[in-house]
Amino acid sequence: MSARRPGSSINGKDTGIDPATSTGTAFSGTLAPELDGGSKVELAPEMGPYQIAWRRLRRNRVALGFGLLFILIVVLCLLAPVYASDVAHTTPYANHVTDTVQVGGKTVDVVSLTGLPVGPTWHGRFFLGADANGRDVAVRLLYGGRNSLEIGGVATLITIVLGLLAGIVAGYFRGFADGLISRLLEVIWAYPVIVFGAAVGVIINVGGLDLGFVKLNGGTLLVPAIIIGIVYIPYVARPVRGKVLSVRGLDFVDAARQQGLGHMRIMAGEILPNVTTLAIVMIPLQLAQSILLEAALSFLGAGVQSPNPSWGTMIGDGTRLIPGAIHLTLVPGTMLVLCVLGINIFGDGVRDALDPRAKLRIER
Amino acid sequence: MARFVIRRIGSAILVMFATSVLTFLIFQAIPSGDPAFRLAGKYSTPAQVDSIRKEWGFDKPVYVQYVKTMEKIFDGSVISYTQQLNVDQTVIHDLPATLSVTIGGAVIWLLFGVLFGVLSAIRAGRYLDRALTVLAFIGVSMPAFFLGAIALYYLGYKAKLFPLGDYVPLTRDPGAWFSHLLLPWITLAVLYIGIYSRILRSSVLDTLGEDYVRTARAKGISERRVLVRHALRNSMIPLISLWGLDFASLLGGGTILIEEVFNINGVGKYVGDSIGRLDVPPILVVTVFAAFAVVALSAVVDILYAALDPRIRLSS
Repeated sequence: MSARRPGSSINGKDTGIDPATSTGTAFSGTLAPELDGGSKVELAPEMGPYQIAWRRLRRNRVALGFGLLFILIVVLCLLAPVYASDVAHTTPYANHVTDTVQVGGKTVDVVSLTGLPVGPTWHGRFFLGADANGRDVAVRLLYGGRNSLEIGGVATLITIVLGLLAGIVAGYFRGFADGLISRLLEVIWAYPVIVFGAAVGVIINVGGLDLGFVKLNGGTLLVPAIIIGIVYIPYVARPVRGKVLSVRGLDFVDAARQQGLGHMRIMAGEILPNVTTLAIVMIPLQLAQSILLEAALSFLGAGVQSPNPSWGTMIGDGTRLIPGAIHLTLVPGTMLVLCVLGINIFGDGVRDALDPRAKLRIER
Repeated sequence: MARFVIRRIGSAILVMFATSVLTFLIFQAIPSGDPAFRLAGKYSTPAQVDSIRKEWGFDKPVYVQYVKTMEKIFDGSVISYTQQLNVDQTVIHDLPATLSVTIGGAVIWLLFGVLFGVLSAIRAGRYLDRALTVLAFIGVSMPAFFLGAIALYYLGYKAKLFPLGDYVPLTRDPGAWFSHLLLPWITLAVLYIGIYSRILRSSVLDTLGEDYVRTARAKGISERRVLVRHALRNSMIPLISLWGLDFASLLGGGTILIEEVFNINGVGKYVGDSIGRLDVPPILVVTVFAAFAVVALSAVVDILYAALDPRIRLSS
């Protein structure tokens, strides 16, 4: 991952490979199996901290299982076009209101005369039922998943990169830069996440955004991705800044400075490797939060815009047809929960493996 | 202490000012297009847009626009042009519902968060702990609007255990107020129970390893007393401060999803409905108030925190 200098013992400590404390501590999550047999291997001097972490993670069956669940969902969503064209023979936008479909040997209207869509048929067409516009729910679920995951991924990327940048610069330079960045983060942090996201989402979706150098049109997937990415920056930048503050005074930073290295070199070569563990731990956490926030914003109508599907918009449309067609809520909701649960439990395993003593927990 | 309080209040006022500027920039200054047109809503006439432009000062320089906008928000003369209703009055009218949802939910999640967290900690690594951990993960992975919708359908509509949403004011019928709010409270609490129980679990385990706990045990104090008086007391301090912040952010419209799902006419639903109508003035006003509420309450929490724990005020 990062170029670790031999002999800088602090790096080793940072990633928590102090064997006395890393096995069976209070903080190793209860989902992780006890690592009794592993302590001998962990002492092997030629192993890097990431190798050790990977070994620990590999033994955590529960975390790996849920990680696999998440990957399965991602693969399914990536295969959406294949499913749509070869199995369901439709598109996420195609309207089948006037069509009929076979359910258990009987021919049924896709959308009944009273406006209620058909439930799951459990075969090729309308596998998971139809929505009020006669669209195939299974197809929309997969395409919607692509959108949700895409937004979550881009948002996480934005959060992690900008959060790292802000945290490192603030912690490294302290003084004026720190004051400015910290105050700015405090301002973003002051808004309830959902209110801020919804407000900005609506404004951009109404009028678009034009800052001269960036132009955003309302209704694109990039809008919720950027909003979510920005909203969560303080949650990453704050702990990073704290970590940088504790690292910057250490001997190896002084040594680098005395070698005449510039600020950029020190930040990239000495400071950054010391916060990568923190950043890696935060990636799954942020991904889960971003996907949840996207769903919430889309549910409210401030995220992904119709007719584009996303899990959030599908739930939002679905709740309007409760109690008549509960499957419209259940299907995307279950998928969303499974996906987020997979990320969260896998992420917890990663945290356990990398940093068993970390104080970072499942917070927003 | 006095110095700490003054400094903390001063910085809170600065942050409030900054949030007001940022909100103004997001709503009025940065987006392309005519802000007057945006405020007016979908069904506006050119004459209306013109009068809004004058009223909010959009024909003047930016700083005048800012001052006018804040003036209007705080003297309570903002009007939702789509609905022809005074926004500040609507917010005040809707506040009791949001307060009811938040307070009940906050009490439930604190109680159960602490209970589950402590149970998890004293049973760390055992079966109960594992079960509670799984539950906590499901809790934090469950979007409130999905859980609420499903609970309303299965427990309310199918099993008829709960009324189907809506809000009854406490003053009109306390019994109905309670029964209508019970499901929203639980739904709201689930997420936070997950978070709080995990935080408390680690922090109790942390304090149980402290020297003073060992001393207490060595004195022969009962395990229960050690847990409650020594370990829990110290672990609760960060939790309570977090509780204050979460409470503030929910009060400032964070209950939006719960209120939408359960059809509770609170501030959150007002914002949610305004988003649906693309009605900008209410969103603007609530965004400003929400940020103010969070900043003010976090200052209060910090001051209480410092009063409880001298290390805080001495270190800053």
